[in-house]
Amino acid sequence: MTTLIERPDELTPEGPRGPAGIEEVEHEHAHHEGPSGWLKWLTSTDHKVIGKSYMITSLVIFFMAGVMALFIRAQLAQPDSSLLSFQTYNELFTMHGSLMLYLFAGPFAFGGLANYIVPIQIGAPDMAYPRLNALSYWLYLSGSITMISGFFVAGGAASFAWVAYAPLSNATNSPGAGPDLWLISLGLTGFSAIFTGVNLVGTIFYLRAPGMTMFRMPIFTWNMLVTGILILIAFPVLFAAVVMLFCDRHFGTHIFSVQGGGSPVLWQHLFWFFGHPEVYILALPFFGIVTDIIPVFSRKPLFGYRGMVFATMAIAALSTGVWAHHMFTTGVVLLPFFSLLSYLIAVPTGIKFFNWIGTMWRGQISFKTPMLFSVGFLFAFLMGGVTGVLLASPPVDFQVHDTYFVVAHFHQVLIGTTVFAGFAGFYFWYPKMFGRMLREGLGKAHFWFLFIGFWLTFMPQYLLGLQGMPRRIAEYSTAPGWQGLNDLSTAGAFIIGFSFLFFLVNLVVSWRKPVAAGDNPWDGHALEWFTSSPPPHHNFTHLPPIRSERPTWDYNHPEARTLIHKKSDGASAAARSEKAPVEVDA
Amino acid sequence: MTDTSATTRDAAVRRPSRRRTALAVAVGSLLLAGCNWYPTYGAPTGVTKQGNDTFKLYSGMMTVGVIVGGAVGILIIYTVFRYRKRSDAMPKQFHEHVVLEIIYTVVPILIVAGLFVFTVITENSVDATAPVNATVTSTGTPVVNVDVEAFQWGWTFKYPNLGIQVTGETLNGPGGHGPQMVLPEGETVQITLTSDDVIHGFYVHDFNFSRYALPGVVNIFDLNLTRTGTFPGQCTQFCGLYHSEMLFSVKSDTPAAFNAWVATQQKASLFNGSNAETTPPPGTKTSPASATPPTPTLPTVKASS
Repeated sequence: MTTLIERPDELTPEGPRGPAGIEEVEHEHAHHEGPSGWLKWLTSTDHKVIGKSYMITSLVIFFMAGVMALFIRAQLAQPDSSLLSFQTYNELFTMHGSLMLYLFAGPFAFGGLANYIVPIQIGAPDMAYPRLNALSYWLYLSGSITMISGFFVAGGAASFAWVAYAPLSNATNSPGAGPDLWLISLGLTGFSAIFTGVNLVGTIFYLRAPGMTMFRMPIFTWNMLVTGILILIAFPVLFAAVVMLFCDRHFGTHIFSVQGGGSPVLWQHLFWFFGHPEVYILALPFFGIVTDIIPVFSRKPLFGYRGMVFATMAIAALSTGVWAHHMFTTGVVLLPFFSLLSYLIAVPTGIKFFNWIGTMWRGQISFKTPMLFSVGFLFAFLMGGVTGVLLASPPVDFQVHDTYFVVAHFHQVLIGTTVFAGFAGFYFWYPKMFGRMLREGLGKAHFWFLFIGFWLTFMPQYLLGLQGMPRRIAEYSTAPGWQGLNDLSTAGAFIIGFSFLFFLVNLVVSWRKPVAAGDNPWDGHALEWFTSSPPPHHNFTHLPPIRSERPTWDYNHPEARTLIHKKSDGASAAARSEKAPVEVDA
Repeated sequence: MTDTSATTRDAAVRRPSRRRTALAVAVGSLLLAGCNWYPTYGAPTGVTKQGNDTFKLYSGMMTVGVIVGGAVGILIIYTVFRYRKRSDAMPKQFHEHVVLEIIYTVVPILIVAGLFVFTVITENSVDATAPVNATVTSTGTPVVNVDVEAFQWGWTFKYPNLGIQVTGETLNGPGGHGPQMVLPEGETVQITLTSDDVIHGFYVHDFNFSRYALPGVVNIFDLNLTRTGTFPGQCTQFCGLYHSEMLFSVKSDTPAAFNAWVATQQKASLFNGSNAETTPPPGTKTSPASATPPTPTLPTVKASS
């Protein structure tokens, strides 16, 4: 008996379902008998295979960029250091930033975790455009290789910082193939991101299972929808800017050069019009991860679900209007406008914090590794958020712009999101992806070393910034007395590096001596915990009724079902019972 | 009985009100006493009027940040410890509290609105400039104009009204810390900042201030030094290979000492027959003729290669 999967637009989203019925959505099993092994990997359009490829590639890049950071910290451990030449140092910090931001943080989130998890969370068999998804990955992989190959060409890799400010990035000031490879890489990976954005938006709008209304989607899926839209707003602008810069370098277009009537400030506007939404492209997926994890380990529904969704939308909307807060010290932007919008982002971010706390409030919190990382994220992001509010004030920005204060701020935000929340997600979903558990002890050791190293690395950097240490300097003299704090910071960085040995050992140990995970090791809430681990081809053999944002939980705990509209008046209750009879309280 | 109770009631009414007055007086005097006291949180208090304004804003915002961030942090710590798993009992499945949610939306809006008001006030005072090319301000204090030109990798300080120019690359200048700009304390200094090549950042730590030197853009800002001393400065916007060595310093002196310095400089340039207005091509070392600051210095060979 084989029921063909129905096209979602032929289904009534609110179609009548039996109260306890499991819907048989059996797929045709014949058509995916394809190649196996390497050929399967090369030709796969399965979102789970592509997602894993993305994750492995981005983690390799993460470790490369992490090692670069250790070289940077080693150089700064003493004044007048000659460990690295200026040129090498400049290449290393440029590539550290570029790899982390363009090739790790985003692709790990939207190419890796989201690619794997989002279709399963909404009960879809795959992404909406599987071949486009494969193209995304191959563009990403080739773009990554392109950028890294800069180290092997004459003149070395790009050395104009990850922001590539004109006119430092023009052909005169940055000659050679390295900068060109950097630009080409942004073109390739930029399109990879755009295609993934299209895929996420298309998938979430069109492939939701029957019953999965917008306001029943898990927050991770919600945030990936908003991230996808932000990608579509931001990355085309980056691509355009990169093409302009490439033309300036090779065809004498003078778009960003004063001599030809162009404007270097224009590059900054275009770059940050991409760059600030990009900051939230790198943050929203990770907010989504912790928003999915905290309720599971608190054994409670998310507090303020709708507030969370609107806060995400508000952050996304505001993020498109704050780009010039990166340019306060240019002296040529309208300060109050960009300052006010930047301040306002603190409001939805604050809402998220209180919702996370409200979710844990009066729960039964078990501190498994994913939850530990999520709580680590809360502290890291709190500190990064508070210092971010300071930076929204132009005079304070004049004071600390381009100093280590800013370096500390954005590392606390980005490590809070991409590393603490990112690895929370990795530990959380690894059992689902591979059907085996990671070791708790090693995971907790990873967390504690990372947590201690993190604070030790970046708290001294705030003070260094306030003492006037500029960013991106390869050396400093003994005079300003910056060595002590730099040494603390370097020690912290090596502790962070050390913590990842626990992660790698964990991967090896768990792989060689597998402990079966089962379908639902965490007593999870969303649909991914309903299917097998790893999920079958096309993800589901059957689905539970979807009556809230946590269908798996409702199915497993009928006594503690999510009752979305518990207290309200009779009229709307009647309207509701017509819509969703299963929600009427027994 | 009535008397007693009346007295008691009176006392009961009066006592808290007295306490309130006492509290108000205490808080008020604390505020008054605290007028000139701001916690530094690691930042310099600023040796210019503008830098001090910025410092006060920074200090106030940090205080708000410490209070709000500390409260949220403590709330997280409390929640995490208080509600850690103790049993397998099913916790209550509540998921919203509309009033609470509205409160924690509105309160942050009020806080950032307040911060924004103080930001705009400070921003306007920091960005205020005397009319361009004026020699005295509206209140009659003299204006010293300095044209600062950043280049890869050094600085030129020109005093157009005084016919003086100081140029220096990377590590030469006093103490091996780049060229020195000499300024009078207490007078208004108007800086006109430009760049010849790429973007640089003019930053003096003790000024609590930085501004980009942008090719194609003329940036003008005022400084009112409130103290004498020598203050290190450095390029903060990454500008290529020797970015880390693009140092300079600012020497703040009494107006009399400043005038003496000006006289020496003018004599030196006359003696050498050089016109101070001509810019040496970028890349030339400090010219002893036109640029020697009062302290004798030797051009230093770059310390590291």
